[in-house]
Amino acid sequence: MNTIKKYLGIVWIFVAVAALFFLVQSAIHNIKPNGTLDINKPMPWAIIIIVFTPISLGFMLFGWYVLKGEFDTEAIN
Amino acid sequence: MNSSKKQIWKVISASSVGTLIEWYDFYIFGSLATLLSEKFFPSTNPTTAFLATLATFAAGFIVRPFGALVFGRLGDIVGRKYTFLLTLIIMGGSTFLIGCMPTYQSFALAPYLILLLRLVQGLALGGEYGGAATYVAEHAPINKRGYYTSWIQTTATLGLFVSLAVILTIQKTLSKEAFYDWGWRLPFLLSIFLVIISIVIRMKMDESPMFSKLKSEGKISTNPLKESFAKKDNLKFVLLALFGATMGQGVVWYTSQFYAQTFLLKTCGLESTQTNTWLGIALLLATPFFVFFGWLSDKIGRKGIMMCGMLLAVICYRPIFKKLYEICDVKNRIEATSTITTSKKINPNKAIDSLIIKTSNIVFTDSSKLLLTETYSLEKLQININTPIDTKKQITLASSYQWNLIGYIFILVLFVTMVYGPIAAFLVELFPTKIRYTSMSLPYHIGNGVFGGLVPFIATLITLMPGSNYLSGLWYPIGVAAICFVIGILYLSSKSVKSESQ
Repeated sequence: MNTIKKYLGIVWIFVAVAALFFLVQSAIHNIKPNGTLDINKPMPWAIIIIVFTPISLGFMLFGWYVLKGEFDTEAIN
Repeated sequence: MNSSKKQIWKVISASSVGTLIEWYDFYIFGSLATLLSEKFFPSTNPTTAFLATLATFAAGFIVRPFGALVFGRLGDIVGRKYTFLLTLIIMGGSTFLIGCMPTYQSFALAPYLILLLRLVQGLALGGEYGGAATYVAEHAPINKRGYYTSWIQTTATLGLFVSLAVILTIQKTLSKEAFYDWGWRLPFLLSIFLVIISIVIRMKMDESPMFSKLKSEGKISTNPLKESFAKKDNLKFVLLALFGATMGQGVVWYTSQFYAQTFLLKTCGLESTQTNTWLGIALLLATPFFVFFGWLSDKIGRKGIMMCGMLLAVICYRPIFKKLYEICDVKNRIEATSTITTSKKINPNKAIDSLIIKTSNIVFTDSSKLLLTETYSLEKLQININTPIDTKKQITLASSYQWNLIGYIFILVLFVTMVYGPIAAFLVELFPTKIRYTSMSLPYHIGNGVFGGLVPFIATLITLMPGSNYLSGLWYPIGVAAICFVIGILYLSSKSVKSESQ
């Protein structure tokens, strides 16, 4: 079980990268000068991408810790 | 009741009432957002429209986690009591000032000040929750932490309920015009009395015994931010708390309480008083379950309950939201009577055009009513384009559907009580006393403020994708909760309480 848990770290790193890529790609696709929805405005995207980038890096780091076996022994609580 | 039991209930009430007021303050702004936009952020002005967007997104996404860091650090250095007293004063003061603010028409700087006050509200909220949860947990016996901290967990839902109740009561008491002119200020101004009472109660409380002990031994952290986030041994648990618990909890919380409301109002077209009243009843009925699941987590562990709530949400969201839609859908209803009226007005966006407004009042055999307003452009009608440029539907359901609909919302909120009820105790037990306030506040506010707060935005994004339907927006909370469930199941331990001295 520990081996599966460990190698899932690669999946978490991939998910983190994919989520960030999806956000940036969606921003490019949806920002429209004459759009009326929030998803058409640049400001929400700028805020979300700025905030989400460190979170995505945190998820990558989590995946890395998993891969290094930091969570092999059961965590607290 | 013996003195220690009396003391813990004093601690719980002092903390819970203050936190409830903070949630109330935060929600009334959200509940009155449309009206506040008209008063302070007219969409015709690009600058104020920009500020409105900033107020919506920055308050939850940036300022709440930032508040968690600022006040978390303070709470681990100065103490829990004074820090969460400060957040209450800041929140109460800014809410009161919003209520006093002249509108944009009479004071050009008002939009900037409203934005500033909204950001201050977000900052205070970011500091409040961690302080209250830590303060109660550090007073509670280890084997009753889940039960005692669950009272804090009821405050977010009760805060929403109180805000809805206060707004609805004022709306019903005043005329529509009076509420629009000045009545909207009352929920904000009322807050100051509640805050003063809460401050007086909190002033009389003692500092947390665990923090006091640490302080007397000279063991408090000198740099809680560094110890929390720069040391791998603690950082890995911050990341685990975020991705294995609060991320999923945040989306479940937001989807069941707020997205459900938007879904009923906008997607289903349910009349707003019915939506808010029935949502309020469901919230009130489900609230005791926060305490129940908090209590249960002391007996069987936190992980199982939280993960069960997350899994149930993943499995049941689509069927339940589909059912809500079907209850409000008029397709399967038989029309009893209908009246159609048409009126004409000048198109405000195009002077040479006129708008034809067709209003249909339909009563169905089950006594439900549909008000359908279709707006046509005369210019387009003349060239045989018969599709309306705008359609608004508002369905008022027959009272026989009331308990059916409340039942479904109740189930949605029940998922929230499962993931949210035990989470304060879970977070408190994950981190050592000296950096607890800082370490637990950040994952909580990223989980709720960012992952939860993104629900409407990402849901809208998904519904615009080709092939999507009215349920597609749910894939975001379902996906996030599913990932969080897998991480939680695999990497969190089921031991109920950390053995080391907290």
